[in-house]
Amino acid sequence: MRFLKNERFLNFFMYLFLGIIIAMPIIIIAGLFYKSESVLHANSLSDLLFSTEWKPFQGKFGFYSYIYSSVLVTMLALLISVPICLLAAIYLTQYAKSVYLKVIQPVIDILAGIPSIIFGVWGILVIVPLISKYLAPFFGIETAGYSILAGAIVLSVMIIPFILNILLEIFKSISKELPQASIALGATKWQTIKYVVLRKAFPGIISSIVFGLSRAFGETIAVLMVVGNVAQIPSNIFQPGYPLPALIANNYGEMLSIPNYDSALMFAALILLVIVLFFNLAARMLISRYETKL
Amino acid sequence: MEYKISIQNLNLSIGKNKILKDINLNIPKNQVTVILGPSGCGKTTLLKCLNRLIDLEENVNISGNIFLDGEDILHTKSDLPGIRKKMGLLSQRPYPLPMNIYDNIAYGLRINGLHNKHLICESVENHLKQVSLWDEVKDRLKEPASRLSIGQQQRLCLARGLAVEPEIILADEPTSALDPLSSTAIEKKFIELKQDYTLVMVTHILRQARRIADYVVFMYLGEIVEHGTADEFFNHPKQEQTKAYLQGTFN
Repeated sequence: MRFLKNERFLNFFMYLFLGIIIAMPIIIIAGLFYKSESVLHANSLSDLLFSTEWKPFQGKFGFYSYIYSSVLVTMLALLISVPICLLAAIYLTQYAKSVYLKVIQPVIDILAGIPSIIFGVWGILVIVPLISKYLAPFFGIETAGYSILAGAIVLSVMIIPFILNILLEIFKSISKELPQASIALGATKWQTIKYVVLRKAFPGIISSIVFGLSRAFGETIAVLMVVGNVAQIPSNIFQPGYPLPALIANNYGEMLSIPNYDSALMFAALILLVIVLFFNLAARMLISRYETKL
Repeated sequence: MEYKISIQNLNLSIGKNKILKDINLNIPKNQVTVILGPSGCGKTTLLKCLNRLIDLEENVNISGNIFLDGEDILHTKSDLPGIRKKMGLLSQRPYPLPMNIYDNIAYGLRINGLHNKHLICESVENHLKQVSLWDEVKDRLKEPASRLSIGQQQRLCLARGLAVEPEIILADEPTSALDPLSSTAIEKKFIELKQDYTLVMVTHILRQARRIADYVVFMYLGEIVEHGTADEFFNHPKQEQTKAYLQGTFN
């Protein structure tokens, strides 16, 4: 194994592996792009993205309702989970005794490790009936329960452990002396959290949200089981929707005799990837702009 | 001698560890009181009792009394921010708040209810001048405080503490992270400040204590071994432990 001690040899391997990691997303994007080329040729980009007309037999693929469902479910899930996570993280790191954190940490890890199919089943057994029997009637709406809201609730529970874990790490990493400096000036605890701790944690909070968003956007099976899978623009959140990952999972390998169908599904995957990428880039920009102000 | 703070029979333990044992101490007004002692002897904890930052720790058991101008400040539940406001804190390392230089000082004013922009602006300038930082930062007030050098940051922290107009300044080894020049600047400032403030400084640097102390407290293992005026303490120490510490043969 003498050759392993050779510096140049080791360097070569390090660059090689680094190259593989960098190449991976590029290859995936290029592959998806290549595969979706034929549907891009047959349809205009604006039709693909902004038309709701989904008639595969006529070669018409309008993804708008799918994109709409995806974005709606994800945003709703974040709307539910982010405040919960933020408040929980603030409480656990700033107010609660340290014992609480020790107890809750394994709970979070277990929650993070539950397979998504179980969340899906839980959604069907608990959330869907809850919505159809209680929640929707409360607003005077009739629904079977399989809906955007059901998808969002299941998703939010799934992403809570991930967002919460990151937030806890971020709050724990802020040194105790910083809030103490504020308290020593006569600030109350809440003033200190609002003006000092949250400010310091802001870049990390944005990162955690985008991480949750990326996970939520691509989550397939649990959402697919409860969201209803009807391609439409839902007029309220109690109606079913049809997010992009569910579209791909339900149809890939099924109706490939239809021309351009598999190409269209690849394009759906590409849209998914581009949207997630867009949010990640936007967050990066936001964070780096903010960090110059700290 | 007039006393600003009076500590009586103060005992403190965290969990099962006794940190402070029977502390009885009067801190003279408008003087620099230096608390000396080896690491882990409870100096910092004593300081934290004064401004009640000790409340932020868990499992603390505390008994005794601390009076500020005759007023109980250890057991009162009301107006903690008010008590803390009276004592500016300068910690071992500077912890500038995550905001720009101007706001670092304006922050304390704003949370204490001052919203007049003109007055805030005036106060920021005055206090930056008071710590001789104004000339260095007057053109970059909107820059993040974290970009200042560590010595500048420590002076900013001092200005930040002075801006809320305390009566006492608590300093916990304020020069331990600083270069000699910045340390001297802080020391000089302390000597000037005793005109208007009562200063309590924790240090383990004997020479620093000799330079600025009016009153010295020597602590070891949570107890006060000896305290007295600087002249008494340095020139006529009574306790064997003190003599050993001053000669550098203490272990």
